[in-house]
Amino acid sequence: MSELLEVKDLSKSYRHKNYWFNKKETMVLAPISFSVEAHQTLAIIGDTGSGKSTLAKLLVGAELASSGCIYLNGQTLENTSYKKRCQHIRMIFQDSGTTLNPSLTILQLLDEPLKLNTPFDEKKRKELIRTTLQKVGLLGDHMNFYPHMFSGGQKQRISLARAIILQPKVIILDEALASLDPSLRSQMINLLLDLQQQMGLAYILISHNLGVIRHFSDNIMVLSQGEVVESGKTRDVMSSPQHKVTQKLLLSQSFQLKPKRK
Amino acid sequence: MNLLDIRNLSIELIHDEQNILAVDKVSLSMKEGEVRGLVGESGSGKSLLAQALVGVLDDKWHVHADRFHWRGIDLLRLSIEERKALLSRDIAMIFQEPMACLDPTTAIGEQLTEAIDSGQLSGFFWQRKQQRQAAAIKLLHKVGIKNHRSCLASYPHQLTEALCQRVMIAMALARRPILLIADEPTAAMENTNEGQIFRLLASLNQLKNMSILLISHDLENITYWTNTITVMYSGQFVEAGTTTQIFSKPLHPYTRALVDSSPSANLHLPAKSRLKTLPGSIPLLQHLPIGCRLGPRCPRAQQACVKAPSVTNFHGHKVSCHFPLTPLKSPPKKIIKGAC
Repeated sequence: MSELLEVKDLSKSYRHKNYWFNKKETMVLAPISFSVEAHQTLAIIGDTGSGKSTLAKLLVGAELASSGCIYLNGQTLENTSYKKRCQHIRMIFQDSGTTLNPSLTILQLLDEPLKLNTPFDEKKRKELIRTTLQKVGLLGDHMNFYPHMFSGGQKQRISLARAIILQPKVIILDEALASLDPSLRSQMINLLLDLQQQMGLAYILISHNLGVIRHFSDNIMVLSQGEVVESGKTRDVMSSPQHKVTQKLLLSQSFQLKPKRK
Repeated sequence: MNLLDIRNLSIELIHDEQNILAVDKVSLSMKEGEVRGLVGESGSGKSLLAQALVGVLDDKWHVHADRFHWRGIDLLRLSIEERKALLSRDIAMIFQEPMACLDPTTAIGEQLTEAIDSGQLSGFFWQRKQQRQAAAIKLLHKVGIKNHRSCLASYPHQLTEALCQRVMIAMALARRPILLIADEPTAAMENTNEGQIFRLLASLNQLKNMSILLISHDLENITYWTNTITVMYSGQFVEAGTTTQIFSKPLHPYTRALVDSSPSANLHLPAKSRLKTLPGSIPLLQHLPIGCRLGPRCPRAQQACVKAPSVTNFHGHKVSCHFPLTPLKSPPKKIIKGAC
């Protein structure tokens, strides 16, 4: 099976505009290459400033890459092909409370991507919204509610509904599970895994909860200061980390869930 | 003698039509030198409880308790001024969201020196200012900020979240408290910083014999650092016991679900399998179920659950459930962890 999403030598650097004669550049993301298959999850971990959020922004098209290219199903994804990108690569943000427009109902919120990206008429769109809401475990009648009427876990489900409504291939989860309570988080993980099986989604999971990563992902990539320091199967990397950065990250969470003995 | 002994504390929100019972008869006791975890999901009233302890709730909230003892002194009998003087001397609190709690218009140095009380300073009045400054620098070193000069001169927005949190801890330590209440000290922090903050708190606990009430929404993060844990759900007391008891042999279905829902606790589960979890989410304050508030979500709920259960104590492991997971007759396992 060929790769669903393939990234080759993708990099990002910012140019400081003030220097006329000696132009300075800051490299945020060194050229990286990786690939994701359908039904698979790639986890990305790293410290603050390691470039993991930048990578997410590059993939989703919120920022332009300095070099490199992204292939989706073997076809090049141009920097300017926003329409294609919106349809196939979607993103869920960390704080679902602030990423939903409070002045729109759920129907209007979910209608927007459909209006912009599909030729469906109003009746078809409404039908699709209803089925999508049911898919993420909400009721169809919830579409007339406003975001403030939902709890945090339900808001996260609405963000997920907004992400999957266009039948994408890839979903990027940028710390999407971090702000949830433990019981809601495991509900969400179950839901995401179910959807992955049903729709063949590929996830790119950015997180710093190693427990979730161990459970959820197939492959892992460790970033440090914009460079990939280690990558491979999650189980292999977790059980025998090779690089210092990975070891430090694993160590910083090793106390989790171990009652201390004296 | 217990350091803190609270029995049946209730916090009510005064409302036009109907008063809302946000915290319903929660008991909490702490020994000297103990690190106690207070765990509950968001909206379980744990922060409210902490705020009621230090007395910073405003008039909207009505606090009532059957017993409220602090080192043997009955606080309910004292006047408000006496109580405030006592508590502000002995208890310090680290609030959630350090960025929001620091004054954005004043430099860190000024805020920190303000927190140092003049009783600690000796010397003539013209030496006071220098002594204060020295004490502030010492505090910053204690919480692990090496570059004290730039930190003291900067404003909260110029510092990172982790640094602000350290400054908050330094301010809390300025009064040399006996009890430190840490309300989600590591929320929204990277893992490496999280470990540092917890290690700092643990060392203070060991060296200064300072008791710590560690509030968190995540059971898995704090198990390593606590001696005992109290679990709350939706304003009700759920379970209390030593960390090992709570973690390896929970009696309440809710605690069981919390432990089960954490992927790092269940390494035996194959990757990508479904996690066990409770259906639904925590009820809103406007729509609280009667009786045991876990009722609608609980897998073991029966008819008796429409009445709030009373607390059963067996061998120091307290649980508030009609149908606990292990029958009460069987003796609990030997407690591995002794007093710290």
